[in-house]
Amino acid sequence: MTQQAGSAGSEPTAPRQRPEAIRAVPVRHPGRWVTGAVLLLLVAMIVHTLVSRVPNPTGAKGEVWRFSWNEVGSYLFSPSIFPAAELTIWLTILAMGVGIVGGVIIGTMRLSANPLLKGIAFLYAWFFRGTPVLVQIFFWYNIASVYSSPVSIGIPFGHAFWFADPNKVITGFIAVSVLGLGLNEAAYMSEIVRAGLLSVDAGQIEAAQSLGMRRLLTLRRVVLPQAMRVIIPPTGNEVISMLKTTSLAGLAGMIELYGWSQAVATRTFQPIPPLITISLWYLFMTTVLSIGQYFVERHYRRGVAGQSPGTFTELWAMSIGRWGRADYAVAAAPATVEGRG
Amino acid sequence: MAEGAGPMVRAEDVHKSFGRHEVLKGVDLVVERGSVACILGPSGSGKSTFLRCINHLEKINAGRLAVDGVLVGYRERRGKLYELNDRQVASMRQDIGMVFQRFNLFAHLTAIENVMLAPMKVRQIAKAAARERARSLLDRVGLAGFEDRYPAMLSGGQQQRVAIARALAMDPKLMLFDEPTSALDPELVGEVLDVMRDLANEGMTMVVVTHEVGFAREVGDAVCFFDEGIVQEQGDPRTVLAAPSNPRFAAFLSSVLS
Repeated sequence: MTQQAGSAGSEPTAPRQRPEAIRAVPVRHPGRWVTGAVLLLLVAMIVHTLVSRVPNPTGAKGEVWRFSWNEVGSYLFSPSIFPAAELTIWLTILAMGVGIVGGVIIGTMRLSANPLLKGIAFLYAWFFRGTPVLVQIFFWYNIASVYSSPVSIGIPFGHAFWFADPNKVITGFIAVSVLGLGLNEAAYMSEIVRAGLLSVDAGQIEAAQSLGMRRLLTLRRVVLPQAMRVIIPPTGNEVISMLKTTSLAGLAGMIELYGWSQAVATRTFQPIPPLITISLWYLFMTTVLSIGQYFVERHYRRGVAGQSPGTFTELWAMSIGRWGRADYAVAAAPATVEGRG
Repeated sequence: MAEGAGPMVRAEDVHKSFGRHEVLKGVDLVVERGSVACILGPSGSGKSTFLRCINHLEKINAGRLAVDGVLVGYRERRGKLYELNDRQVASMRQDIGMVFQRFNLFAHLTAIENVMLAPMKVRQIAKAAARERARSLLDRVGLAGFEDRYPAMLSGGQQQRVAIARALAMDPKLMLFDEPTSALDPELVGEVLDVMRDLANEGMTMVVVTHEVGFAREVGDAVCFFDEGIVQEQGDPRTVLAAPSNPRFAAFLSSVLS
């Protein structure tokens, strides 16, 4: 012992060799192979039934696709589906427009110092989140039956400046998009906005105030931009969700994608082909939206450490994962992925 | 009292409570124009609360507090006090810079945008002029070349120096520092104190809540010791810090210095 200590002190220490890299037999995962095989079998069965053929139900000779792919192919880009898809998009835009603007207003009111504003905002969210959106749509669709005589706008219980016939103002489109879907969405968006505003550190507000910034300026230039980071991802989900929820408008007689499919189904007595067709349209539109969502999120993530969003393909790779390892470092450190080969 | 004469800060018997808990129990303090006042004291003594009262981040409950001869947060007319509205309070705060313990830089803006925001949006200065001024202020705090970094990409010391530049961009007549080095790693404290020392040498009026007794001794023109919500002792740092007469101050100093 003493000898070793002496030699270490007197002689220059030799540079230490790096130990050999560990080469161990990796843990085997038989369970993964079994579940993988079972699932693969199920997928193969589904694919098989999707592309299987059956005897022609009309009694004619030959076979047809079980899932009527010929009809789906002819519907997919038929002239009548484009206006339906356009209406779906407009319903989504209007409903989300009302939802976002209303949500910012209601959400900000929820955090107001004024107890009256706070209470009204709470009641609003309570009512619109507590009743089904389908019920709300039909309620607004039929609201004109309650106001059959012209409605006036003016001094309460006094002189009226403007008259309107509810039957003309509240058309089906407005009833469904703005009132039915929009007002309901505003209630949900208000919760998202509220969470976003609360996520901003109080120190940010104090710093802005200490610089002489007024309340509204602080909200606009300091709080909202930072709240966006929290608000944007769930809002993207809301947009995608709304695109699909607009199918309820079909029940109120509008010829958007779902309404179109029902019209075709009643004409041909074949409900499945148009349903498959609009599913493909919905899938296409939600995919486009989720790509857009990625770029908007990246914009609002500026200045946040350790949250480099990575490229779109990296995020995609992360969500899909890789065979045999859940590698969440993929998006955070793209360089190491290349290094590993 | 008119602006431009008399002390910069005058506090007379200032009281502040949070609910039933009284934090300030009658603070008397005067900060002369162009001087540096350092406030020492154990945590919970009310020193940060007092600092926040000076720019009305906290409302005082009793007493008188004036900056540059003007009451903070109130207007007096015919012996009656009127609360200032949002616009009036904001206008008062423009001339009082504040630096926080946790920096509080705007996380979504780069260093130079942090410095430019208030001059542009509050003082309506043109963007090019604001950028020019911000660049020279960042240079002054030793951060030339860091203009386009986001706060998360800067060390604590660098962030605090940006925060000082941000406050200076409004040309304040008074700077408040709320434990500016308490959240920093020890090796980064010096760079922030250096900037503050330069500022003091240029004649800025400063109120500094700090635990840095060395800084108080070297830079401070006055030191006051807060405890239990009142000023227990104040005076010239060289005499007071060398021979504190208040036993609690003596105990506090020996615990901080050991």
